[in-house]
Amino acid sequence: MFIINCPYCGERDHQEFKAGGEAHIERPKQPTELSDDEWAEYLFMRKNIKGVQFERWNHAHGCRKWFNMVRDTSNDQIILTYKMGEKPPAQ
Amino acid sequence: MTNDLRVKSSEFIDETVRISFKFNRKTYYGFKGDTLGSALLANNVHLVGRSFKYHRPRGIMTAGSEEPNAIVQISNGTDRTEPNVRATEVEIYEGLEASSQNCWPSVDFDIGGINNAISAFLPAGFYYKTFMWPASFWEKYEYFIRHSAGLGKSPTEKDPDVYDHRYVHCDVLVVGAGISGILAAKNAAKNNLKTLLVDEKNELGGSTIYQNREFNKIENQSSSDWLKKEIQELRNIENLEIKTRTSIAAFHGYNYLLARENLTDHLEKKDKQGKIRQRLLKIRAKKVILATGALERPLIFNNNDRPGIMLSSAVKKYADFYGVVSGKKNIFFTNNDSAYESAFCLHNKGIKVEAIIDIRESSNSKIVKAVEEAGIKIYWSSTIVDTTGYKRLNSVSVMKLSNDGLSVTGNKMNISCDCLGVAGGWTPAVHLFTQSGGKLTFDENNKVFLPDKYPSEQLSVGSCNGDFEIKEILKNLSTNLKDFLKIDKTDFENINVESEEETSKRNIWLLPSDKPIGKTKPFVDYQNDATAKDIKLALREGFRSIEHVKRYTTTGMGTDQGKLGNMHALGIIADTAGVKMGELGTTTFRPPYTPLTFGTIVGRNVGEYFDVFRRTPMNDCHINHKAEFENVGQWKRPWYYPINGETMHQAVQRESIAARESAGILDASTLGKIDIQGSDASEFLNRVYTNAWSKLGIGKCRYGLMLNEDGMVYDDGVTTRLGGNHYLMTTTTGGAANVLGKLEDYLQTEWPELDVYLTSVTDHYATASICGPNSKKILNKIIPDLDLSEENFPHMSFKEAQIGNIKCRIMRISFTGEHSYEINVQANYGKALWEKCMEAGKEFNITPYGTETMHLLRAEKGFIIVGQDTDGTMTPIDLQMDWVVSKKKYDFIGKRSLYRSDTMKEDRKQLVGLVTDDPNIVLEEGSQIVSELNQSPVNMLGHVTSSYYSPNLKKSIALAVVRGGKNMMGKKLFIPMENKTINVTITNSVFFDEENKRLNA
Ligand SMILES: [Zn+2]
Repeated sequence: MFIINCPYCGERDHQEFKAGGEAHIERPKQPTELSDDEWAEYLFMRKNIKGVQFERWNHAHGCRKWFNMVRDTSNDQIILTYKMGEKPPAQ
Repeated sequence: MTNDLRVKSSEFIDETVRISFKFNRKTYYGFKGDTLGSALLANNVHLVGRSFKYHRPRGIMTAGSEEPNAIVQISNGTDRTEPNVRATEVEIYEGLEASSQNCWPSVDFDIGGINNAISAFLPAGFYYKTFMWPASFWEKYEYFIRHSAGLGKSPTEKDPDVYDHRYVHCDVLVVGAGISGILAAKNAAKNNLKTLLVDEKNELGGSTIYQNREFNKIENQSSSDWLKKEIQELRNIENLEIKTRTSIAAFHGYNYLLARENLTDHLEKKDKQGKIRQRLLKIRAKKVILATGALERPLIFNNNDRPGIMLSSAVKKYADFYGVVSGKKNIFFTNNDSAYESAFCLHNKGIKVEAIIDIRESSNSKIVKAVEEAGIKIYWSSTIVDTTGYKRLNSVSVMKLSNDGLSVTGNKMNISCDCLGVAGGWTPAVHLFTQSGGKLTFDENNKVFLPDKYPSEQLSVGSCNGDFEIKEILKNLSTNLKDFLKIDKTDFENINVESEEETSKRNIWLLPSDKPIGKTKPFVDYQNDATAKDIKLALREGFRSIEHVKRYTTTGMGTDQGKLGNMHALGIIADTAGVKMGELGTTTFRPPYTPLTFGTIVGRNVGEYFDVFRRTPMNDCHINHKAEFENVGQWKRPWYYPINGETMHQAVQRESIAARESAGILDASTLGKIDIQGSDASEFLNRVYTNAWSKLGIGKCRYGLMLNEDGMVYDDGVTTRLGGNHYLMTTTTGGAANVLGKLEDYLQTEWPELDVYLTSVTDHYATASICGPNSKKILNKIIPDLDLSEENFPHMSFKEAQIGNIKCRIMRISFTGEHSYEINVQANYGKALWEKCMEAGKEFNITPYGTETMHLLRAEKGFIIVGQDTDGTMTPIDLQMDWVVSKKKYDFIGKRSLYRSDTMKEDRKQLVGLVTDDPNIVLEEGSQIVSELNQSPVNMLGHVTSSYYSPNLKKSIALAVVRGGKNMMGKKLFIPMENKTINVTITNSVFFDEENKRLNA
């Protein structure tokens, strides 16, 4: 039931968006160099925090842009949204 | 109609309009303005239903949406019936038919009533304890439970009514139009805020509007007269929209609320026709003011559930608002002053009040004095220990309470009566507040939970915020409104208000009886028959969490969500367990606040509007060819084209032979198409597909397989290089949107440095695929000047051409193994293209074929269908498609996962061909495959993914995934079916034309 502030379009109803999981997990540049455990860490392990969490969202039924969101999962308050590639704010 | 249960006419009831209605098939009369509840009471009908578990007779308890007992089935005619409707909310209309629920064969004589007699054997957790054992008896238990339980009947006919959804945006939403809500809405709107005021009732004014309370005065008038003038003023305020008969069902985060607006439920059948029945309002409010009021609590004592036992406030409302007397010999039982208001109101109307039983020692309030002076007997420090009367209350037994309130003393005295008004104090209606995520705090003094931390821009005002007296309400309302709405003043901040504050309080959650608790029935949840005894038993059995106790005893689990008894349940738990109520917390109040019909939730999205569907530009042609359609994602695709009454099997066999022997035509427009451009387009494809793309020549096509990062096959399709920096990718029909989403994700987040642009062009092109040995001749007739020689236009290549003036893109690619061409034109020429192909192919008996034949033909060739032969756990290696996985490329999506120890296991399920020893047996898709028949437990090796009878091979063929199947060529396996075992042999998955000779035929 969120109202989400797309960094490109402004405030829109949550129905226009799609959630994309935890943010700031970079795809390894040299996957073949990684051990099975290291690759599994990238592929499967997510924090799933109760509290302030960094997430990826997509304005799927809007500008189609991906962006980042800081959300408190315990009360669904959206603290901030910012563009892909921008540095996450200090916690 | 002479009716001595009607008192001096009420201004809210129009006695000139007499309305007839039926209850349990008997005809009664009421007046315009009556609810079903008030009309039944006016006809001296108290017994309206049976309780859920014990089937005890139950009567009307309340005058509002919190009603737990008077739950009825409403019907008018055969096409409309609705269960679980509260009689206290239904406005009567001519022709209304209602009946009791949960009783059989009738409310007067109910067979389930035997449960009451054997209730000692139906304790808390009864269902869990009894029906668990032995497990094999479950089917019999289920029959018994379903037959004897069940609240109401669902309609069997299609819903004839129309429902609607509407989005609403406002600055301020005010929920509840009692005195607080009205003043809040008025002051918001007058300060230029776009305001919406909603109330579940059909009249504004809440409980203030009909009550003449002796000691409440505003500006020296009665509070009801003063409020009526305020309501008059509302009509002329701009910015203010008022919706009555509208109840908030849910209050979600970010001030998003759902409301149900009842538009025709109160109208008689002829007036309902052609109108929208209910509307779901989807409200976004900048600010929300909750003025939802408070619900009166009952008291928990032995046999507190008989017909004739009601809330004190309900007795008063029926008398004041509806002009209906609930009984001729009234008693009130209370722990606070409000029962005295009810008693005094009846007394002033000339109705006999026998006594007031008060658990307090005394009270000095003016209203108590007034009642005493009127000669009504008051029993202080007393409690009711029992009641009698099976279908209607006829007496109560009263004893003195001990000082600690835990036991009773002295003599028992019986007082005869036919109506008992119970007043246990007030519970602020904080349901919506908590639904929105608000946190409550417990007020020990008043024994109430109050709003504490607001999760959004919202404010609770009036009695839902714990202000119960009018002076306090208006004072706090004004202060809080100014702060919340950021306004300088309110128009009522300086008015003169007189009201009385209650000083004497005493609260006992469970009142004692002279009998041991095991022999009593103090009901806490009336609808679910949960008693204080059950709650105590649950605690003895070790349950501690309220949520667990609630489920174990079913307290608060009914359609009323325990609006009346939840506080008592908490109080009893706290007292028994020796903890403070504030520490115990409350159970969660979940939406909807009052039940919603499915029709309202669904709105217009019914029938063909249930889901959107997509049709290709050739759809008319398919209809002309009498196609049967199947749903593929949202697309309607031709499934097969039966002629002369063919079965699906016959049609598919004919189509399959035609496509291989002469020519077939398929509508391939639904395949996903993504236009890819940019200087890094080739590099991008290298990264997203398993094979290499850099060296693909312009004008050439290549099959590509796309994986997830976990190495599992995600999608496949042919991509064509249209130019140096320009590709056209095709995807599966169902995967188109997800593939585009995934590609965009990687492009935007992982590889923003790549110069690549993606555009969906699925809907921009219409595609006809012609295949078979005569396809070349047909295309030559359509485009004579296109050189179709192997040198100029070989397999896996692309040409731009023109059919007349229409530009087209032609790919020579094949999903059937036959020589074939995919012709793409601008979508609006799709039908013309199809007709042209049919015309040109006539001499070759060109045969349209659907998805079923397409699946059969590709299975003959062993081509996979992503989603049918794969299920998200298959790697390309599992599919024996190593040939499409580049070993040279450093990286692509999913590559690393192909080298995980798990994905490299030899005994993973692998795709193989399967033939039956008897060529006429066609396997069922999904059948399990085993190697041993008499094994326990059975070791299941895999399952059949695709299976057909191949008319071209004249035998049954199948694809299957089998553990370690790659190394099991020629192995005999079994498929155990219900009545037989089928013998099968593992084979190569390419059944037909293994050398691909036909591609160039
Ligand atoms: Zn956007």
